[in-house]
Amino acid sequence: MTERQILEKKGGSSDSLVIAGKEFSSRLIIGTGKYQSFQQTKEALEASSADIITVALRRVNVFKKDEPKLQDYIDPKQYTYLPNTAGCYTADEAVRTLRLAREAGGWDLVKLEVIGDKKTLYPDMEETYMAAKTLIKEGFSVMVYCTDDPIYAKKLEDIGCVAIMPLAAPIGSGLGIQNKINIALIVENANVPVLVDAGVGTASDASIAMELGCDGVLMNTAIAEAKDPVLMAKAMKLSVTSGRMAYLAGRMNKKQYADPSSPMYNLI
Amino acid sequence: MQIILNGENTMLDSNVTVLDLVKKYDLSPQKVAVELNLEIISRDEYEDYNLSEGDRVEIVEFVGGG
Repeated sequence: MTERQILEKKGGSSDSLVIAGKEFSSRLIIGTGKYQSFQQTKEALEASSADIITVALRRVNVFKKDEPKLQDYIDPKQYTYLPNTAGCYTADEAVRTLRLAREAGGWDLVKLEVIGDKKTLYPDMEETYMAAKTLIKEGFSVMVYCTDDPIYAKKLEDIGCVAIMPLAAPIGSGLGIQNKINIALIVENANVPVLVDAGVGTASDASIAMELGCDGVLMNTAIAEAKDPVLMAKAMKLSVTSGRMAYLAGRMNKKQYADPSSPMYNLI
Repeated sequence: MQIILNGENTMLDSNVTVLDLVKKYDLSPQKVAVELNLEIISRDEYEDYNLSEGDRVEIVEFVGGG
């Protein structure tokens, strides 16, 4: 039975993304950094149909009182704000940041990322794991950004992370999924949603993630740094949807040799 | 008195509460979070905390990010 058949048999034809018990109709999560303006961010978000956006926590510039704020353009009541821990290099920094984020916004669903190296922005899995343990104990629902290591992915799930988010390639690189085998292994072993996060560059990268069985894709630079971000946001929406459909449809088997599509009999 | 606000030395009058500080910079309490000497101060307690010489205050908000 394909997944679609299993879903329909259960009586539900909605294919929503469920994270920590909450349903989202979009399987695309987008970041809000690197845009030309808040207006462009808002337009790209609308074109993407994403329900969840990531946001960062930073010091207020107290001397610029009248600077526009993200919340003035993107309503936190209409979209789910997902605070991240970008810029954190230790578990302590990440935990401190998310405690403050929860105080500022009141939300428990968060994205945890603890980086090990400025050049590659690769996750430090040891610090990430320690931070996740603390945050989960404090009642946070942790969506964890991680490497594509299937063992660590399972360990993070086992301690209670609500979603596993392995990278495709380094943040902002646009290189696309570098290790499909590992992403597929993580999907196979996971009982919580798996979302590819970081390194997506164009529409096909997002489709591939969904075709591998991922539950969603998170991206920022792929849209923000496209020549036409609003058009790319629309493309990403379609690619996530089509990749998901292709996965549910159950793809054909790959064959080593040709298999003709037209009948080989009654030839003139 | 002098405090350290968001990493910068800042001179304040005496008898300033956290609420006074937030209002001084025209900030909306609903859109920020405040940390005083590494302790998070909840919104409804802003006026209960008086600042002292050398206090380290962080006032943060959400910005665009990936």
